[in-house]
Amino acid sequence: MIRCQGLRAGYGRFEALSGIDLHVRPGEMVGLLGPNGAGKTTLLLAMTGALAPAAGRVLLGGDDIAAMPDRMRARRAAAVPQRAESASGLSVRALVLMGRYPYLSLLGGYGPDDLAAADAAMAAVGVAGLAGRRLSELSGGEFQRVLTARALAQATDVLILDEASASLDIARKMELYALLAARNADGATIVAALHDINLAALFCRRLVFLKNGRIEADGPVAEVFTHKTLSRIYDTDILVIAHPATGAPQALAVPAGGACLPAAPTAHGPAGDR
Amino acid sequence: MVHPHLRRGGLSALPLALAGLAAVAAACLAGAYPAAPADVAAVIGRAAGLPLAAPEDPALTAVVLDLRLWRALLAYGVGAALAVAGGVFQGVLRNPLADPFTLGVSGGAAFGAALSMTLGLAAAVGSRFATPACALAGGGAALAAVLALSRLSGGLRRETVVLAGIVAATFLSALLSLVKALNEESVAGIVFWIMGGFQGRGRAELGLFLPCLAGGLVVVRFYIRELDILLLGETQARQLGVPAGRARLALLAGASLLTAGSVAVSGVIGFVGLIAPHACRRLYGAEHGTLLPQSALCGGALLVASDVLSRTILPDGAELPVGVVTALLGGPFFCFLLLSGPSGGRA
Repeated sequence: MIRCQGLRAGYGRFEALSGIDLHVRPGEMVGLLGPNGAGKTTLLLAMTGALAPAAGRVLLGGDDIAAMPDRMRARRAAAVPQRAESASGLSVRALVLMGRYPYLSLLGGYGPDDLAAADAAMAAVGVAGLAGRRLSELSGGEFQRVLTARALAQATDVLILDEASASLDIARKMELYALLAARNADGATIVAALHDINLAALFCRRLVFLKNGRIEADGPVAEVFTHKTLSRIYDTDILVIAHPATGAPQALAVPAGGACLPAAPTAHGPAGDR
Repeated sequence: MVHPHLRRGGLSALPLALAGLAAVAAACLAGAYPAAPADVAAVIGRAAGLPLAAPEDPALTAVVLDLRLWRALLAYGVGAALAVAGGVFQGVLRNPLADPFTLGVSGGAAFGAALSMTLGLAAAVGSRFATPACALAGGGAALAAVLALSRLSGGLRRETVVLAGIVAATFLSALLSLVKALNEESVAGIVFWIMGGFQGRGRAELGLFLPCLAGGLVVVRFYIRELDILLLGETQARQLGVPAGRARLALLAGASLLTAGSVAVSGVIGFVGLIAPHACRRLYGAEHGTLLPQSALCGGALLVASDVLSRTILPDGAELPVGVVTALLGGPFFCFLLLSGPSGGRA
């Protein structure tokens, strides 16, 4: 579905990706992980055609993304950006409707079908009640969900999310990823960059770790989500335990040199009382 | 069932449309030459082909039509064009202070006009449209120079375009001053181009202006959905399927055509392109499908009203340049907008 071949990309002289070869197959749900500055956002920008590769290429459904007309590309892959620039005076509905832009005729406006798709997308992520609000009136988490609604309204086979859950509380995170997993079960191909590696281990079947612009590990969760791999990639001691409810591996970082509070002394008194 | 989003009728445009109508009516009535409302109505009705009796005073027809109505219609069109151009510039550059000046388009047009007057092109070519045509060429050249300069300095980002625009505007104003100094007998004429005005303008100028207005509006209308998306920046625009570079260029060209056409017939008139879109954005939101039509109605009414003030405020029939009036009204109003809340100030 998405194939990166010898992909190099960056900003000016800075090379953020130094040769990425990656094949995301149709129907996969891939978590893209790695430390800060690993190149996750750059890779996702290149995958959506928003950043031109310096070398190599990105194929979307077999077609070179650089040669694809803008609208056609946007009908196949939708993105939820990380640091989204907002326009405060726009309404939520107007922003979500923009997801329907690739389907508009040359001069036509947004029609009843587009409005219905936007309404359905807003309902799916639980922001239908915000439709009439201006973007300036939203919280960070609400804005992120509105952006997700826009990507759903785009009705693409491929969803590319960059930290789409960063501003969400723990319950909203679970909701969002349950929604994505459901879309994935319906056939959508999903690539999501996250810092929350435990969330990735819960919902993604395949994990790709980036570090310094290269792929450091790539495989099924059970194979790469290990004490050894995680500790190496994040340069810190990370323990892996099984999630008590699902059995999925979950990571626990170990503070270096015991630099942390001792375990709270049960319910007898305040934790600091010693 | 009609979706609620589609049910926004044209009713919200009514207040500003009525304000424009009232301003044009006031323009036909006001002035040193006395004109009764009934007589004015008769003159306009006869001009529209209605079988009405001519007013007793034969000079009244000339005064109302040639000196007032055509002038008011021209001012309305220019006000609407400047407001739409300002709204487009603010949207494309994502910069609340962008307007025809920031890009140097007004300065280029004024310089073209001044150059034409100094060289006596109007007499040489035998057409009084030589000077407005030069204004048009100057505005276009300024835009091209600004875009080329910003491309060279790293692409059509909003910072670089505004920076290049300021460079061009400053350079052009210096050139204009030079021309002015070298050719002192036409200072009065050059002042007209710098401060703007509609004195002695009317039907003939409307004929030159309307093609620019129509052309500019067609381009802007064609890219109006892209204009909304461009508010989100280039990355999101590209991810949503918008050919960002092309759309931005077309919108800048359309807005510049509106600006140059306006400067060509009425000189450099400030503040309309800033005030009208800002006020309307606060009232009607940032979606350009609503914002730009409302801004056009607002700018038209504002400039006609300013023009009426400019020719009635001084005694003995003397006229102020209309740019003075728009700045006098616009400055305090803009301060009020800036101070009364952040929501409308950001594009």
